[in-house]
Amino acid sequence: MKMEIALMRRHCLLFGMMVWLAGTLPASAFIAYVSNEKSNTVSVIDTDKWAVIKTIKVGQRPRGIEFTRDGKFVLVAVGDDDTIEMIDTATQQVVDKLPSGPDPELFVQDAAGKTLYVANENDNTVTIIDVERRVRVGDVQVGVEPEGMAISPDGKILINTSETTNMAHFIDTASRQIVANVLVDARPRFAEFKRDGSELWVSSEIGGTVSVIDPAKHAVTGKIEFAIPGMRKEAIQPVGISITADAKTAFIALGPANRVAVVDAASHQVTKYLLVGQRVWHMAFTPDEKYLLVTNGVSNDVSVIDVAALKVIKTIQVGELPWGITIAKQ
Amino acid sequence: MIRLLVGIIGLGVLITTALAADPVEIGIGYLGRAGVKPTLSLVELPAENDGIAGVRLAIEDNNTTGKFLNQRFALEEVRLKDGDDAAKAAVGLADRGVGFIIADLPADALLKAADAVRDRGTVLFNAGSIDDRLREEDCRANLIHTAPTRSMLADGLAQYLVWKQWKRWLLVTGSHDNDRLFAEALRRSATRFGAKIVQERVFEDTGGARRTDSGVTLIQRQMPVFTQSAPAYDVLVAADESEVFAPYLPYRTWDPRPVAGSAGLVPKSWDAAHDQWGAVQMQNRFLKLNSRRMTALDMQAWTAARMIGEAASRTNSGDPGKLLDFLKGPNFSIAAFKGQRLTLRDWNLQLRQPILLTDGRMVVSVSPQEGFLHQVSELDTLGVDRPETRCKLQ
Repeated sequence: MKMEIALMRRHCLLFGMMVWLAGTLPASAFIAYVSNEKSNTVSVIDTDKWAVIKTIKVGQRPRGIEFTRDGKFVLVAVGDDDTIEMIDTATQQVVDKLPSGPDPELFVQDAAGKTLYVANENDNTVTIIDVERRVRVGDVQVGVEPEGMAISPDGKILINTSETTNMAHFIDTASRQIVANVLVDARPRFAEFKRDGSELWVSSEIGGTVSVIDPAKHAVTGKIEFAIPGMRKEAIQPVGISITADAKTAFIALGPANRVAVVDAASHQVTKYLLVGQRVWHMAFTPDEKYLLVTNGVSNDVSVIDVAALKVIKTIQVGELPWGITIAKQ
Repeated sequence: MIRLLVGIIGLGVLITTALAADPVEIGIGYLGRAGVKPTLSLVELPAENDGIAGVRLAIEDNNTTGKFLNQRFALEEVRLKDGDDAAKAAVGLADRGVGFIIADLPADALLKAADAVRDRGTVLFNAGSIDDRLREEDCRANLIHTAPTRSMLADGLAQYLVWKQWKRWLLVTGSHDNDRLFAEALRRSATRFGAKIVQERVFEDTGGARRTDSGVTLIQRQMPVFTQSAPAYDVLVAADESEVFAPYLPYRTWDPRPVAGSAGLVPKSWDAAHDQWGAVQMQNRFLKLNSRRMTALDMQAWTAARMIGEAASRTNSGDPGKLLDFLKGPNFSIAAFKGQRLTLRDWNLQLRQPILLTDGRMVVSVSPQEGFLHQVSELDTLGVDRPETRCKLQ
């Protein structure tokens, strides 16, 4: 759903004339925003140049980061400031903030981009924010240390994972009530639906697995496990997940194992491990799905994976402890 | 409406709304000593609720999870004064239906308590004692250890000192039994990891007040003299669990050398300054609930109560026997903000865990150190390993 970000149009005023910048650039030009947890900055990467073109100062401990659906803003959760900042993508500056609860980490928007659901690690709640009015409109009590957030493709079910309760909570977006709780392995950090809504994947960082959940039955139907020769089991800590739009291939970041697992999304078998940087966290496809960019938290860089070739083709230095990433058209 | 567990599919648990049912009550007892032990440093003086405050937080965490699983956790606290019988207290808890006891007791009292309720099926968690013998010759099948052992602490420290190339140690030991045990563990670590103890000295405890009005003046003269004329060494390692002299050593040694062990760089299971791997959330939750910072004993007790909660949610049961089987089994692991899963050593029921090295303000490093390899788990480079164990679980 991250890939469904609307065309981001950047208006550029030059000598009083409006110029459609997007129309003048090659079709492959995308822009990636990377949150640097330690630097308190966001690095902006041009995917034509594969280089950082700007570094934006943000609040303290930036982690979760997403383009708004209209592409006008990039939202970044700055946990230690207890808020979500809005970066104007035209000026590339922080222009406003959203009233999340304490210590926001990950969040998800509905398809229309009107409602934002935020996991607040510190008080066991999911906060619901009206993006247009920029006000908090409700809370849902969930388990201990809420983290992963996903919304079903039909928009009816919101998923939140709680890291110490070890559950995926199914929340009805209409009634804002929890309708089911599915127990998964230890420290569930990230949730991702297949585009057709047939499966929900939840990564368990400490458990070392990814649970495949049938969203209709609210049941774990399979588990993806990882084994890397010469790598101790404790170092394999799955975090970020991205699944291609055709639901054929999935990529799973394995944290301190310094690898991204390539998984056949139909059979749930790992087909390849790609060596990336140290402590790989989160990832995002370019909108054309030709490339997958992953953040390497300890080596302070972003690896670029060629999705067709399944090869790491490039490493881009960013700020300190890069964590989240979001990509849209320039 | 209360949610009721209706089915288990695969390894996942399915919960849907159903008719209200009484929640499963899971009783946890806390068996601790009355009063606090004095420390040389005022800021290190433990709070009266040291340890049990961690259990209280874990019970809150367990109950948040429990409300989705129809389980409720309750705590009963028992404090033993000098001369009180630990066995009687444990039996009393078992009589009141408590299936799990988290204990902060000296080794002998702990063994008495464990043996007294063994036939009742009560499971004990040792959150307080670091004595290796409880995991070795005196191990018990109904006694799980969340406290690290003395040998794990010594190994955690030794790995770092060796990594730092501070391989020549001046070992100074107190004159009490537990000091000697720690010194023994440090000697073992030095041999294992290639450090050399260049000389040993004993600091005799001659009694006296811990706090006096002109203390510093005297100490400033005593400590340099005590550490004078030592052979060339890189680091002074102090074994002073009784807290008689070690905290006086930093900045007062004859030679300008760092201090480690019972003062200076101290190995611990947890520290209030630890903030990696999501630990800051734990620290915040603890601070909010207890209005103070979290100690190692709090963490060891929290981990014990969370293990009970974790086993209860995985087995959907409150039965101590079932939970113990799960905890001993291959599928158990617990997340405890240490950067990796923690599991139990199946040969002696000791929780594997990284050891933090702290200077009182910051976490300096976390062991096991890079490069200390092991065929099963790098955490087993800390402490007595399976081939060396004297434990026979019965």
